[in-house]
Amino acid sequence: MPDANSLYGPLDPAPDAGWVEAPPRMGFFTDTSVCIGCKACEVACKEWNGVPDSGFDLLGMSYDNTGALTANSWRHVAFIEQPRPAGHRTPAFAGDPTGPATSPASAAVGAGTAPDTGTNPGLPPGRPEAAARMAAGPEFLGMPGAQPPGRDSGAETRTDFRWLMMSDVCKHCTHAACLDVCPTGSLFRTEFGTVVVQEDICNGCGYCISACPYGVIDQRKGDGRAWKCTLCYDRIGAGMTPACAQACPTESIQYGPLDELRERAATRVAALHERGVPEARLYGHDPTDGVGGDGAFFLLLDEPEAYGLPPDPVVTTRDLPKMWKRAGFAALAMAAAAVAAFVGGSS
Amino acid sequence: MSPDRPVGDLFRRFRERLSTGPEDRGAAERENGSRATAAGPGVGRTDAGSRDARLAPHPPRDAAPRRRRGGKGGGEQLNVPPAEFTSYYGRPVLKPPVWRWDIAAYLFTGGLAAGSSLLAAGGQLTGRPALRRAGRVTALAAVGASTYFLVHDLGRPSRFHHMLRVAKVTSPMSVGTWILSVFGPAAGLAAIAEAAPLLPERGVLGLGRRLLPPAGHTAGVVAAVTAPALATYTGVLLADTAVPSWHEAYPELPAIFAGSALASGAGVGLVAAPCAQAGPARRLAVAGAAMELWGSHRVENRLGLLSEPYTQGTPGKLLRAGRALTAAGVVGALVGRRSRVLSALSGGALIAASVCTRFGIFHGGVASARDPRYTVVPQRERADRRAADQV
Repeated sequence: MPDANSLYGPLDPAPDAGWVEAPPRMGFFTDTSVCIGCKACEVACKEWNGVPDSGFDLLGMSYDNTGALTANSWRHVAFIEQPRPAGHRTPAFAGDPTGPATSPASAAVGAGTAPDTGTNPGLPPGRPEAAARMAAGPEFLGMPGAQPPGRDSGAETRTDFRWLMMSDVCKHCTHAACLDVCPTGSLFRTEFGTVVVQEDICNGCGYCISACPYGVIDQRKGDGRAWKCTLCYDRIGAGMTPACAQACPTESIQYGPLDELRERAATRVAALHERGVPEARLYGHDPTDGVGGDGAFFLLLDEPEAYGLPPDPVVTTRDLPKMWKRAGFAALAMAAAAVAAFVGGSS
Repeated sequence: MSPDRPVGDLFRRFRERLSTGPEDRGAAERENGSRATAAGPGVGRTDAGSRDARLAPHPPRDAAPRRRRGGKGGGEQLNVPPAEFTSYYGRPVLKPPVWRWDIAAYLFTGGLAAGSSLLAAGGQLTGRPALRRAGRVTALAAVGASTYFLVHDLGRPSRFHHMLRVAKVTSPMSVGTWILSVFGPAAGLAAIAEAAPLLPERGVLGLGRRLLPPAGHTAGVVAAVTAPALATYTGVLLADTAVPSWHEAYPELPAIFAGSALASGAGVGLVAAPCAQAGPARRLAVAGAAMELWGSHRVENRLGLLSEPYTQGTPGKLLRAGRALTAAGVVGALVGRRSRVLSALSGGALIAASVCTRFGIFHGGVASARDPRYTVVPQRERADRRAADQV
């Protein structure tokens, strides 16, 4: 008997998927306030999981040359530069020259860069206006400028700015749309409550790609199948830590039982608020949100959309019963129309 | 950064585009109409960035909020919100569908198969052989094409049979697979039965000549009973995704597709049957067109910001063309009651209308997934509204 919350609402996913005596649900807590953007997680993931390279070129939008989560990048370190003071309210760059920069123009052009990630749809081009808007402000250093910032301007134009770095990953949702819509049973729920693609089953239908509210899962070109983070199913099954968390030098990526991680995250966000970082917030931690809470959740320092995350994702299958009902009505109407067309009338 | 330093091709192109300046940049950037208005909270949230970047200023087309009528005659007013939003360097949040044109074509052929098998069954049960024959043959051709499109679109076509490993009601694609595997053989058998009169009267083949018509009769009824499911599940298939303009259109998509399927099936009848037998096809055309036009009017007007992809660019053109062709087809079908030529032309218009509508809906959704605005703006509003309610 499926749980009343099988499609939506708080739920422990592994028992719901039929696991008997499942181990505690495991997940990631990614604390972006200590991320230094070293990309060790990206590299470790590729090394361990044998993920192909996804281009080494700069994208022109920031120091982020990965761009997005794709079938060939299961961790993605987002890099954001904002014309705002850094956290902790310290005048970090008081003595350094900063000044007019290449800025919105560079961000607008950078938005058009579409590298070949070897995947489909991979990293499609963005919207120049939106990119320029994000980079607005005279302080934006731009990337990459022709000159060091502030070289030809005086100290009076100096302002503060901050860098945000965040290692993104598959969220391993409580209600995973990719898993719900998979027509082959290739995607499955593990005993740890994570969501994994079986590569010997996937036939590349692409439904999971359209269904994911976070734009995580992606199709590898040439191979044709869908790939994403497995939360290192092979490693955690052997009691080891996933490669990215193992490699993270600042413990920005923390792995453990989800309950414990949620407690730790609540303590951390309270501590940050106390130290004068009111913008610190958790994302994906709430079991009552649109996807029933994420197995991989985050501490962010800005709105989720600034990191390329959807602000209020909802699992698409929440509305599926209503959709089938509407389809049923339409089918009945269609049958009735056909009967009426042949029975009524004289010719 | 020195220009002499070796850099990759991608970055070199970026630098070239940067140095050529905005005036020479491709039209693609300019036509991504930003509808952001200049007034707004927060630094870095206004169009100032676009101005600094010397991007063409886009007139805020929604300066005067369009009034829209809600369904059921209500005076519900939905304003298109100013699309001002934060994003990660303008990149899409979602992955746009990887489905190629095959899937849009399948939406049409699947509907055509369903509509024409209903027509065939009607012809079979009411003694209109021309409708029966045309419907059965079209249904087989269309379901054959559908199967080809569906398999061809897979990343691993040789694994198409993995679809048959499971039956999942949460996956409309799985449900559709099973609908097709009932409908396909039934439609096939019904069409093959049409060849019975060509068989010799004696021997083993003679047995076939006698057995095929009743078998085709049963198969035709089975196909017709499955047909409404085949025509409408595709609406759920598209709606059950994160693609904003598909998902939010879930109440209408099955109705649009059912109407479009009926109209295209009726089109087959109008093209193939003599005027004396085409009466039911004319009535089907009217019913189908009514459903289709009601549904597409709703998705183009009810969804606020998310209706926009259906009214702009290629999807907008396709849906407008579909509407015009549907109207022309229905008028022609009613006026040309006694004209074989006019009936056939109207039938052709109805079939073309169905193609346009399917491709329009398909590409409208894809466009909504490609632009972060359609993902972020409605979700941000929802989150803000919830936060305001809690205070």
